[in-house]
Amino acid sequence: MAFTNEQLERYSRHIILKEIGVKGQKKLMAGKVLIIGAGGLGAPAAMYLAAAGVGTIGIADADEVDLSNLQRQIIHATADVGKAKVKSAKETMEALNPDVTVNTYRTFVDSSNILDLIKDYDFIIDGTDNFPAKFLINDACVMAGKPFSHAGIIRFKGQLMTYVPRQGPCYRCVFKEPPPKDAVPTCKQAGVVGAMGGVIGSLQAMEAVKYLTGAGELLTGHLLTFDALKMEWHKIKLPANTHGCAVCGDHPTITSLIDYEQTECDGAL
Amino acid sequence: MAEFKIDDRVDITDVVCPTTFVKAKVALEELDDGQILEIKLNDGEPVQNVPRSIKEEGHKILKLLDNGDGTYLLIVQKVGD
Repeated sequence: MAFTNEQLERYSRHIILKEIGVKGQKKLMAGKVLIIGAGGLGAPAAMYLAAAGVGTIGIADADEVDLSNLQRQIIHATADVGKAKVKSAKETMEALNPDVTVNTYRTFVDSSNILDLIKDYDFIIDGTDNFPAKFLINDACVMAGKPFSHAGIIRFKGQLMTYVPRQGPCYRCVFKEPPPKDAVPTCKQAGVVGAMGGVIGSLQAMEAVKYLTGAGELLTGHLLTFDALKMEWHKIKLPANTHGCAVCGDHPTITSLIDYEQTECDGAL
Repeated sequence: MAEFKIDDRVDITDVVCPTTFVKAKVALEELDDGQILEIKLNDGEPVQNVPRSIKEEGHKILKLLDNGDGTYLLIVQKVGD
């Protein structure tokens, strides 16, 4: 695969980097990333990955663009209100970079479809806003042996971690099960600063780029938290021992996917 | 040019910074360790910056020849895979 002069120019800032270079850019162009949720996290992640030239990007979301989404979901524009989020996202990504193939899945991800959705992808980005989806994505990625980036944002706070099979704990190692319904406020009730999606969603795109190119060290075995009000980051080392985990441990007790009950705010944040 | 056995040639006079270096880097990447690339480049910014960038990547600059027409030929030996 030879680069055209236009591609050399488009990807020049990547190719110049020692850690990416020609080989890394080719890996990005051959890479396949699935983004679940075209919302606050998924929007910047999808745009950066499209801009980076990731060859195939899947995007799954059942919702339509709502006016209240636009404060943070920067992949959608005012004229897109009412349009399927996956369609709006695809249009933005293709306008950004026609090199990229965008696959859209206009569906809620659940136990019946997630394994089929993730099977053709190299890396998964969890851009959802609710615990049932987060546990489902974790369990499915563990079972299918797929690496993924977990993230969550609320108010002025965000967190993320990366799971790679056999290279550290999974989301369920850290958070055993979803909190009781209504114990944790949803985005609708609590609010979130739009730029938080940009901060954390961009880091998820960064993890995907690093995973595909092999550059640097991934956020495996660590939880990174960000408090924007205090401008404080914490990189918390997670226990290396995953033997007792109900899904990725030595003797898993969770061997099939679970659809936990959804709270009312089930769109992507 | 008999003193070097040129394995490949690339013309970067049709692009501007930073694509100049990028195009040279892509051409170098296609070569094996020890092979020699001839790069045709413009006077001015390219001839000032491209050899330095290539050196920083660890490759060996063998020669820079002035063509006398505002272009140069840079002879580079690839170091590493």
